[in-house]
Amino acid sequence: MNTPTTQLRDVQQHDSPTGPTHQRVSRMPSACRDVIITSENGLHARPAMSFVDAANHFGSVVQVTRLGDTPETVDGKSIMQMLTLAAVQGTTLRICAEGDDAHHAVERLVSLIENGFAED
Amino acid sequence: MEILKGIGVSPGVAMSTAIVLDVEDLAVQPRQVPPEAADAELARLDRAIADALRDIERLRDEVTQRSGREIGAIFDFHLGLLRDRSLVGQFRNEVASGHYTAEYAVNLVMKRLSATFLGMKDRYFAERVKDIYDLERRVLRHLIGQQREDLNRLSRDVIVIAHDLLPSQTAQLDRNRVRGFAVDVGGRTSHTAIVARAMSIPAVVGVGDVSKRVAPGDIILIDGTRGLVVINPNEDQLKDFDVQLERQHRIELELAQLRDLPAQTRDGHVVSLQANIEFPPEIDDAVERGAAGIGLYRTEFLYLNSEQEPTEADHYNAYVDAVRRLRGKPLVIRTLDLGADKYDPKADPATLERNPFLGDRSIRLCLHDIPMFKRQLRAILRASVAGDVRIMFPMISTLLELRQARMVLSDVMEELDDEGVKFNTDIPVGMMMEVPSAALMASVFAREVNFFSIGTNDLIQYTLAVDRTNERVAGLFNAAHPSVLLLIRDIIRAGARTQVPVSVCGEMAGEPLYTLLLLGLGLTTFSMNAPDIPEIKKIIRSTTMPHAREIARRAMGFDSERQVMHYLREETRKLVPDAF
Repeated sequence: MNTPTTQLRDVQQHDSPTGPTHQRVSRMPSACRDVIITSENGLHARPAMSFVDAANHFGSVVQVTRLGDTPETVDGKSIMQMLTLAAVQGTTLRICAEGDDAHHAVERLVSLIENGFAED
Repeated sequence: MEILKGIGVSPGVAMSTAIVLDVEDLAVQPRQVPPEAADAELARLDRAIADALRDIERLRDEVTQRSGREIGAIFDFHLGLLRDRSLVGQFRNEVASGHYTAEYAVNLVMKRLSATFLGMKDRYFAERVKDIYDLERRVLRHLIGQQREDLNRLSRDVIVIAHDLLPSQTAQLDRNRVRGFAVDVGGRTSHTAIVARAMSIPAVVGVGDVSKRVAPGDIILIDGTRGLVVINPNEDQLKDFDVQLERQHRIELELAQLRDLPAQTRDGHVVSLQANIEFPPEIDDAVERGAAGIGLYRTEFLYLNSEQEPTEADHYNAYVDAVRRLRGKPLVIRTLDLGADKYDPKADPATLERNPFLGDRSIRLCLHDIPMFKRQLRAILRASVAGDVRIMFPMISTLLELRQARMVLSDVMEELDDEGVKFNTDIPVGMMMEVPSAALMASVFAREVNFFSIGTNDLIQYTLAVDRTNERVAGLFNAAHPSVLLLIRDIIRAGARTQVPVSVCGEMAGEPLYTLLLLGLGLTTFSMNAPDIPEIKKIIRSTTMPHAREIARRAMGFDSERQVMHYLREETRKLVPDAF
């Protein structure tokens, strides 16, 4: 779970990398972690759908940022927006959540990607 | 205000609010709705999305069962997209703020999304464009389907504007609510035009791009007599509309008085004026207008109105219904005459023929599918005990075809006999005269049938080599062409020599311009769209046979269709000044 490519951060200490578009509510728990897409086809339609389905189970706002030269942040609960990230193999995604179940959401979503969306 | 010119195919004027139908296979037009209609448009959008979701769920379950979860999951992705609030939010926004139709909103947003995917370097992601396209089509199909459904239960008067209407769609238009229609394509003799006339709905076809220019909610004035479509008319046009409307009512009233008078020349020569129909319920209207029978019952509408081929019972019920409504008046049932212009445009392109008008249609189609042909013949024969039923074979081009068709009929008679089913063993059997090869051999055919009926539309098309639905050459389609007149004259002569009655059941029979000519050539039965009957009767009642014969003799002497038409117009006006 705690691979070198991922890091757990607390928002009380760090700000989210690219300011989320929603109104920030102070003292709302939040979390972020980076994860590298390793599967050959990238985060393609079906895994992206699984990701979005999982994200929608949480009350927290989920934001996903594609890191790199042209960073882009999208709503992690929107399949349309997730696909427009075009997260191919090797892309680093930063997954941030904000809300009561933020930590739980980030852990779950990151593990989903790391385990190649295996049924668990 | 804008005036568009088309071909007036069904006379009369009408004015009402436009509804515009989109077509699945064509680009969606950037139409806006009035701001106050945005809520209704949003409701339509939501309904279409809900319906599409239901479709996809069903599809996913089917595919999962057949091919496994892996494949079925593709549709989970489609479901996810269509449930995606940010995508649906964009659709809704284009309707709520842009005031676009739901169709265009979906089209616009999906086009934007496609462009994003197409711009991706990774091939896998770029290919998601196909999913987007698939989803867009699915939602549009539901939206367009809604429009068609809505047409069947209109709550207010409308003018229907469309790129094209299938004849079956035209036939289903609610006559009490649809005041008129205008379409981009089509010609005078397209079947849509024929149906419009039969239903007495003012219609203009071949208006070019009327479906792009009109927005839903525009006030539209249709002048089916002059072939005009006025978008949002001004004061002057509204006044002119009132004048026209009054004139229309006056003429209708006058013609109604003719209903109970015989179709008889001043010197006592009686002819039979009959009606062409597609649906039995039209018979009531036809009889009301003075039809002495049905000279042409086009049965292909039985085939076009249902998803599956009609059963023998479907045929039988329709025929018996028609016979009962006629109360002893004759009914000529034409066997299946599916032609290229009546095919569903959504048919599989792989099965389309390159030259359908010269292809496997009509009687040829029937002789290639004997079981289907027999089903129809059985139903006709069974209905023949209920009244005066006659059979007519269409598109006969060689003697062999006629003999084969008659042989199939004999087979069916034998089968019914064996089963102990009653039918009229002497049922009159006739043929359409609509292919020049048959027309030229009319005297030979006359020995093998009980009657001829000249289908002028196809006869003209095959003689002059003109596709009447192609607006670029439709101008060459002309009943007055001397070659066509020669064929018609010879068919009537061949019939007269052998006591085989001849009728005309094409458009020509209902056109006042040709009444004196056809009468003078010796035609005894005119079968036309019911609304034309009173006017044709009026012309017949105003002449004598020697006079009509003289007109026919002179008309046959001209070299060009222009001279013929000019002459006939002059002569008809002399007799009936307000004939045109």
